[in-house]
Amino acid sequence: MSDWKKIAPLEDIPRLGSRVVEIEDGSIAVFRTSDDQVFAVRDACPHKNGPLSQGIVAGHTVTCPLHNWKIDLESGEALGPDEGCTNTFAAKVEDGMVYIQLS
Amino acid sequence: MKERLVLVGNGMAGVRTLEELLKLAPEEYEITVFGAEPYPNYNRIMLSPVLAGEKTIDEIILNDRQWYKANGITLYTGDPVVEIDRVNRKVIAESGLEVSYDRLLLATGSNPFIIPVPGSDLPGVIGFRDIADVDAMIEAAKTGNKAVVIGGGLLGLEAANGLQINGMDVTVVHLMDILMERQLDRMAAGLLKKSLEEKGLKFLMETQTAEVLGEDHVTGLRFADGSEIEADLVVMAVGIRPNMELAQKAGLYCERGVVVNDTMQTYDPRIYAVGECVQHRGETYGLVAPLFEQAKVAANHLARMGIARYEGSVTSTKLKVTGIDLFSAGEFNEEEGDETLVLQDPARNVYKKLVVKDNRIKGAVMFGDTMDGTWYFQLLREGTDISGFRDTILFGQHDLGDAGHGDETRVAALSDDAEICGCNGVTKGDIVNAIQTKGLFTLDDVRAHTKASASCGSCTGLVEAILSSTVGEGYEEKPSKKPVCGCTEHSHDEVIRAIAEHELKDMRAVFNFLEWKTPDGCATCRPALNYYLLARWPEEYRDDPQSRFINERAHGNIQKDGTYSVVPRMFGGLCTPSDLRAIADVCEKYHVPEMKVTGGQRIDLFGVKKEDLPLMWKDLSDAGFVSGHAYGKAMRTVKTCAGKKWCRFGTQDSTGLGVKLEELTWGSWMPHKFKLAVSGCPRNCAEATIKDFGVVCVDSGYELHIGGNGGIKVRVTDLLCKVETEEDVLEYCGAFTQMYREEAHYLERTAPWVERVGLAYIKERILDNEEERKALYERFKIGQKVAQVDPWKARAEGEAAHEFVPLKISA
Repeated sequence: MSDWKKIAPLEDIPRLGSRVVEIEDGSIAVFRTSDDQVFAVRDACPHKNGPLSQGIVAGHTVTCPLHNWKIDLESGEALGPDEGCTNTFAAKVEDGMVYIQLS
Repeated sequence: MKERLVLVGNGMAGVRTLEELLKLAPEEYEITVFGAEPYPNYNRIMLSPVLAGEKTIDEIILNDRQWYKANGITLYTGDPVVEIDRVNRKVIAESGLEVSYDRLLLATGSNPFIIPVPGSDLPGVIGFRDIADVDAMIEAAKTGNKAVVIGGGLLGLEAANGLQINGMDVTVVHLMDILMERQLDRMAAGLLKKSLEEKGLKFLMETQTAEVLGEDHVTGLRFADGSEIEADLVVMAVGIRPNMELAQKAGLYCERGVVVNDTMQTYDPRIYAVGECVQHRGETYGLVAPLFEQAKVAANHLARMGIARYEGSVTSTKLKVTGIDLFSAGEFNEEEGDETLVLQDPARNVYKKLVVKDNRIKGAVMFGDTMDGTWYFQLLREGTDISGFRDTILFGQHDLGDAGHGDETRVAALSDDAEICGCNGVTKGDIVNAIQTKGLFTLDDVRAHTKASASCGSCTGLVEAILSSTVGEGYEEKPSKKPVCGCTEHSHDEVIRAIAEHELKDMRAVFNFLEWKTPDGCATCRPALNYYLLARWPEEYRDDPQSRFINERAHGNIQKDGTYSVVPRMFGGLCTPSDLRAIADVCEKYHVPEMKVTGGQRIDLFGVKKEDLPLMWKDLSDAGFVSGHAYGKAMRTVKTCAGKKWCRFGTQDSTGLGVKLEELTWGSWMPHKFKLAVSGCPRNCAEATIKDFGVVCVDSGYELHIGGNGGIKVRVTDLLCKVETEEDVLEYCGAFTQMYREEAHYLERTAPWVERVGLAYIKERILDNEEERKALYERFKIGQKVAQVDPWKARAEGEAAHEFVPLKISA
């Protein structure tokens, strides 16, 4: 198993919001849902690479700001009739700190 | 242990109820389905296209066997239930199979009515009801030559058309003197008959069948007047009878159908019934749309939500004969005291008739051009007062068919490659194909699957027309009460009222009070609620950035590459050399790749990286600029012309007044974007008559215009009134703006809002009632105290910094 990377304290991510984490080959969007779980997905919608981090979060989904595709944060899959999937990364909260796994 | 639900009847009404139930309570029941036919649920209203060879059976299957499996439903096909044992709560099928139930749903449908004349049981005499009938017709067409269809109603004509396409010589026998007498008036029926005769069908009107002739197979018919006709096939399409035999045998109370109450329960409360087998408030229904409404109600109660009621349906009809456009709804034969509006053009073969009483549509019949059928039907169902547009109503909804579609209103005549949705490049063929292969029935379904009309929405009317002409009577019209989104049953108006009357001051309170179905709402309702709360409680509600679309959260317009655009406010479009210099400096400093002068007389700076936004705003703020709100559902710009200061035609100081209006209104959040303009004379160079609020200066004062739109659907403003002073202009503008802010639905521009509530109502509130006008203006100014805090300056000073700064991996 690869290492857990420390990101930020949980309170630095707004509830029902997200923060962008920049990595070498792109960005990861780290979301905090209303039940204080965290999810990390590649910050690109499977449709036209819209920045999912900028979308509206509800339940465990985010709606892409460009064309309203709805993406499941757990699986990275597009919901409804749309088809596509974005990469997901493991994420967790421990002692109030958010960690993600890059591979 | 889960309760057991048994569905008797594997047709559209029953399975639709299951679909609705699974959406509401997927785990509630262990479900078993019995169907008499050997197929999974198919789209019965598509039988005519199958007969006509336009579709295959596979294409009209709505739920394949995999669907039943995936939802854990046990399906028995080709095995009808023959007995209900209500004492022991079980059903017994023809095969002897017994299944117990806790709840039973009857959806046994209907049977074709076979006229009780001698010989009606001969081989070769069939109904037109299921796949077996269609197979029999196609088979008969291979060997036989002459077909007779008894019944000139919807079903009979579709059968006749299909048989004729299959090569048969078809005669339609009808008892009445006009075709489709339950759906058409004399004029439309005559046009229809003529069109069908041109296609080769023959008709025997006012003809009563006395006997079916033949020994071991039908050979012909004899009529009441003694005349005879040859036939190799006879199709009886004179009506349907609810199939209530099973229910009657089980002792359930039946009249013309299985009698149910408003919650779709029979006299045995464990047994529900939906669809064509049902009699509700004395009515039986043979069209699909009412069945779907019933399905929703039954599912709601099966899911133990216990709130929905079925209160009957108004139905509309379309004939699915390719190339013939026909529509009817409501009471289309005028009675005494009704008024009739008629448009008739024999050269184009167009006939439209509206029956009107007290300025409300009672019924509609259309032939040739049915583009506006859905619109008329909506007006009928909603009981809309049409006095405001009565003089043009027969020409159709003026905003349909524009956006490049010209005056093309005959949807049936469009070719498959005609582009319907210009935003998403969706053709008519794409839409028809999706409707048929995916079994779509609603506008929302079509939007989700094809994206047609899902962007700007200007082609909505065309998409609806295609939907209704493709699925015929199965098309589910927009309900008159439209919920805000899937998270709630409540309409926009109900939400607005609840927020005000019950003093709901945060989103959680709205969710709780109105029993929202989802814990966090969704991307549709949250921005709406955030706006309504802000508009109603400006001084108390705390704006929720997470419920705002990204543009309003980041105070810039997100572009397709994820960068943002920045538009500094320039009041009234005026600027100074130092303003322009400051903008030029900012562009160079932050490497803005492109600048553009906008339609609203501002300067747009494109391609700004999100993390640069607060820095740039600081520089702009230091130079005296505030946000231009070009990204928001907000007051955007006041466009002005040169005015009397320079222009030789100018009558008033249009630029000065524009600046005052912009100073009054900037920063205000709105249901949708909101644009103003001031023109200095009736030449109207600032295009004030296509703005949400436009001022046209004249020598004696100021004309105030409202509800214009120059975008998706061009709409010229309505004249609100004329006033004499600039102070009056500001007061009327503030009052109108506030009325729109308080009463319009979120994402509804002023143009559709004015059309929805009517100009008379707005005049009454703002012109006739000075007290009301001043109160509205006062409330607008209170809201502005909170709203006129420059969001750019605040963010340049560090507010919401997390929005703009990416995180770094620290270990």
